[in-house]
Amino acid sequence: MQSERVVGQPVFRKEGLAKVLGAARYIDDLSMPGMIYGATVRSAIPRGRVLGIEFSPGIPWDEFTIVTAKDIPGKNYIAMINNDWPCLVDGVVNHPQEPILLLAHPDRHLLPQAVAAVHVRYEEMSSVHSIEESERGRTIIWGEDNVLKSYLLEKGDVDAAFAQPDIIIVVGEYTTGAQEHLYIENNGAIAMYDEHAGVTLWGSLQCPFYAHKSLMAVTGLPEDKVRVIQVETGGAFGGKEDYPSMIGAHAALLAMKSGRPVKIVYDRAEDMAATTKRHPSRTRHRTAVTKDGKLLAADIELCLDGGAYSTLSSTVLSRATIHSGGAYFWPNIRVRSKAYATNTPPHGAFRGFGAPQALFATERHMDRVAKAVGLTPEEFRRRNLLLTGETTSTGQVIRQQIDLQGWMERALDCANYREKKARFDRENPDGVRKKGIGFAVFLHGSGFTGSGERYLNSLVGVDATAEGRIRVLVSSTEFGQGTNTILCQIAAETLGVDYDVVEMAPPDTGIVPNSGPTVASRTAMVVGRLVQSAALGLKQTLIASGLLGERYLTEEFQAAAKAHIGKHGGLCSMSRYQAPPDVYWDDQTYRGEAYAAYAWAVYVAEVTVEVTTYSVAVDDFVALQEVGRVLNPVLATGQVEGGVAQGIGYALYEKVSWDRGLMKNNQMTNYIIPTSQDLPKIRVYFEEVPFEHGAYGAKGIGELPMDGPAPAILNAIAHATGEDFNAIPLLPEDIAERLAAGAPAAQEMATV
Amino acid sequence: MRSCSAECELLTPGSLEAVLCLLHDEPGLWTPIAGGTEIMVLYGAGKLTERKFVSIAVPELREITEDGGWISVGGGCSFTQIRRHVGIQKHFPMLAQCASWLGGIANQNRGTIGGNLANASPAADSPPALFAYGAELELISARGKRRIPYEEFHLGYKKTALALDELIGTVLLPKRFDDSLRYVRKVGTRNAQAISKICMAATATVKHGHVEEIRIGMGSVAPTPLRLAATERALMGTELTDAAILNVVIWEARRALASETAPIDDIRSTAAYRTLVAGNLLEEMLRTFAGAAR
Repeated sequence: MQSERVVGQPVFRKEGLAKVLGAARYIDDLSMPGMIYGATVRSAIPRGRVLGIEFSPGIPWDEFTIVTAKDIPGKNYIAMINNDWPCLVDGVVNHPQEPILLLAHPDRHLLPQAVAAVHVRYEEMSSVHSIEESERGRTIIWGEDNVLKSYLLEKGDVDAAFAQPDIIIVVGEYTTGAQEHLYIENNGAIAMYDEHAGVTLWGSLQCPFYAHKSLMAVTGLPEDKVRVIQVETGGAFGGKEDYPSMIGAHAALLAMKSGRPVKIVYDRAEDMAATTKRHPSRTRHRTAVTKDGKLLAADIELCLDGGAYSTLSSTVLSRATIHSGGAYFWPNIRVRSKAYATNTPPHGAFRGFGAPQALFATERHMDRVAKAVGLTPEEFRRRNLLLTGETTSTGQVIRQQIDLQGWMERALDCANYREKKARFDRENPDGVRKKGIGFAVFLHGSGFTGSGERYLNSLVGVDATAEGRIRVLVSSTEFGQGTNTILCQIAAETLGVDYDVVEMAPPDTGIVPNSGPTVASRTAMVVGRLVQSAALGLKQTLIASGLLGERYLTEEFQAAAKAHIGKHGGLCSMSRYQAPPDVYWDDQTYRGEAYAAYAWAVYVAEVTVEVTTYSVAVDDFVALQEVGRVLNPVLATGQVEGGVAQGIGYALYEKVSWDRGLMKNNQMTNYIIPTSQDLPKIRVYFEEVPFEHGAYGAKGIGELPMDGPAPAILNAIAHATGEDFNAIPLLPEDIAERLAAGAPAAQEMATV
Repeated sequence: MRSCSAECELLTPGSLEAVLCLLHDEPGLWTPIAGGTEIMVLYGAGKLTERKFVSIAVPELREITEDGGWISVGGGCSFTQIRRHVGIQKHFPMLAQCASWLGGIANQNRGTIGGNLANASPAADSPPALFAYGAELELISARGKRRIPYEEFHLGYKKTALALDELIGTVLLPKRFDDSLRYVRKVGTRNAQAISKICMAATATVKHGHVEEIRIGMGSVAPTPLRLAATERALMGTELTDAAILNVVIWEARRALASETAPIDDIRSTAAYRTLVAGNLLEEMLRTFAGAAR
């Protein structure tokens, strides 16, 4: 497996030089002739009817292009699963910061004043702001019962298992908060309209064909009159999966009405307040376990706060449901899950996509179950971790050769876990600095859930240009994670040419085929595999045509490609997705192969809880994962380090302060993410078990590192303090409230 | 940017004298701007109400001088200047430390000590050290100069002793704390680039186990940066070297602290947390001093 020339090598990022030199051009670096600027008037209330819109004097309104829902030529929705997310409010507001009206003007500095001078009169209606309120159902804001989506996953006979004698039952409730993506570049788009060409959209985005679909719906234009081009994108993390369709549609509407190119770029405050976040969650576990520590049954109830519209909640909930069982063998398991509507901006895709919420609950709970049966966390897990040949909670047989017990031991050894645990137990009673060490074992399904990849039906191409350069044609986008680099590595490897002669075709829906969205840790495994197969087709075409021998230099390959183009006018090879054989999935019963493959991981965190300030420092972090073949070790390590940092933020720092559905701390001063001064050394280790249906054996890696840090850290804090903390984000204020329950000063006086 | 530069006016007179004349001739009309690390944040957010600014970034305010028993820090000195100054590092290490905790490197390069004090945020990083070091301020105007103890500068929430035509000319630090015990700590929302949830600095002289002099400054526990006068009074003369007595001293000090502080719930923390941690820091300080005095 180590015989490849390009795959597995730490080659440079394709777009790295331009980024380092500052030559990369992001959306706000671009300008079009005659371009004007757009801005958005947003709702100031969580729920109600719009009674009227007034334009205050003092603003030259005749110079502005003004768009309301009435101006939408097509459908007033962002085309997603249920099509319930309005592009612009038409009479009824369902969350704060909902777009009501659009303005455009040549002078961008006039826009903030103009936005402030539009006064919307409302009749307020009662609103819902938590899972509990939504569940209670006193106010119904969505459908008949506020439930955006629900699932029932069942394996074995859960009730019978709980009825057995001599078992131990452990219950627990776990909650997680919203999380802001905080990509470096805010959302932004430029749209241009021309009667003949239709709408062209340039955007900072992940999924060109998602925006394409929404623009067709909103503009009413046919497929060939809508073109979406991704420009250099400064981070996304899932936050540019759905929202670019919204801002893109807004820019398109303004461009159609004004007849001029329109740019909309949010500032940080608007981006944080108005766009999507990670779904908050509440998970309840009830576990039946034998006295010798074998898991018998799980009864799990998982709820997500979906926000005001259904958007992607059903798919986030689906992944959360399937990941709820974690990396364990459950003879019996039942997961009942629901996504509830609240009057908050819709929560959306964020790295991990439901799995971090589910796995936080499961991995925190497993430590508590271990304690209840009198076993160490590692011994309890050893007895229950999935083995090759066993089935997951959806009944999927693990065919891959996995060694979770061995990987757990390796990670614990790397962290010097046992020695440290004993030492901390010895030293903690005396100090004001309490040390703890904890870990989590987990998995992440690669690619779309269930039959998702079959529906996507992805298509990719590899072609050659007249100059003899090789191009990869995909709609899979680069936003910092390394798509350009790994796909070019795969093509170069397969074609037997130098990495330097392979490039990405422009991510433009007018040029590239639909290889699906850049989400779900699917690019390396699924799209990469298609690139491999398309490249193979290209090579075989040249060999079959007699232009290329079996052994060749890069220059010879390029010459053969040029000759082929000269003779036939082009050289292109396409490849379409085919599901791996023997894959079965039932969308109704949630049984079968939930994912083509899983990535596995063991993360160990060492912490210090300082009881003067109740602050937590993560002192050391070991991240060991099995992600199939590692295509580029530098990029893969970077993915893990970044994910762990984001996971540390999720666990200990990042708290969205809500006020009736509105984010109050929508600025980086008060929405706290960890800096380099707050992060430990993150030690990254890989195990590689090649997956036969992934590109050169690769599985997904992007989301996995987001899933493990929070439970590992909270398990370490439980070790340090002897207290169970079951909610994140866990801030010093929360720890203070628990640890200082008795007034320390009064206690000390009593001892005098 | 949510503000419009065309609506703002900025004068750059270039000399201290010209700035003071302008402030004197049209008092209250011009808002002084030095590093702009506060004003430009409000400007960017569209929350700046002032429209007329005068740049006070003049060379006369940017000097740090050592003269006999004092170090004089010009009001326009940046925190980078302060943190790198050898004399400050030697005689007032807690001030250098606080300067290093303030914002990010860019903030330290632009932000000035005069601005930090005049902005009068209760969460500002430099005031606790200035209280602990017995700083004095020289306020200047076209009318002349006056010198006040720093304790008399903050009058209420965002209210200071500065007259409309006055600037902070110099921050004066007496070099008499070299042998003092010292304690400084910032509890921020994270380890760098953070606004304080609570910050504290103290100096003390302990002779024969008894507190002979103590000065404590604290931030984010009241509407202004605070010198803990009542707590200092409660501690004067107390014995720190006997473990049992120390517990009583700590209890008394916590009580005095609670009597003179009134922290609030805000976007960064809670009143309950601040109250508890302020007491814990005070206790940590006393145990540190007791340990050093033994």
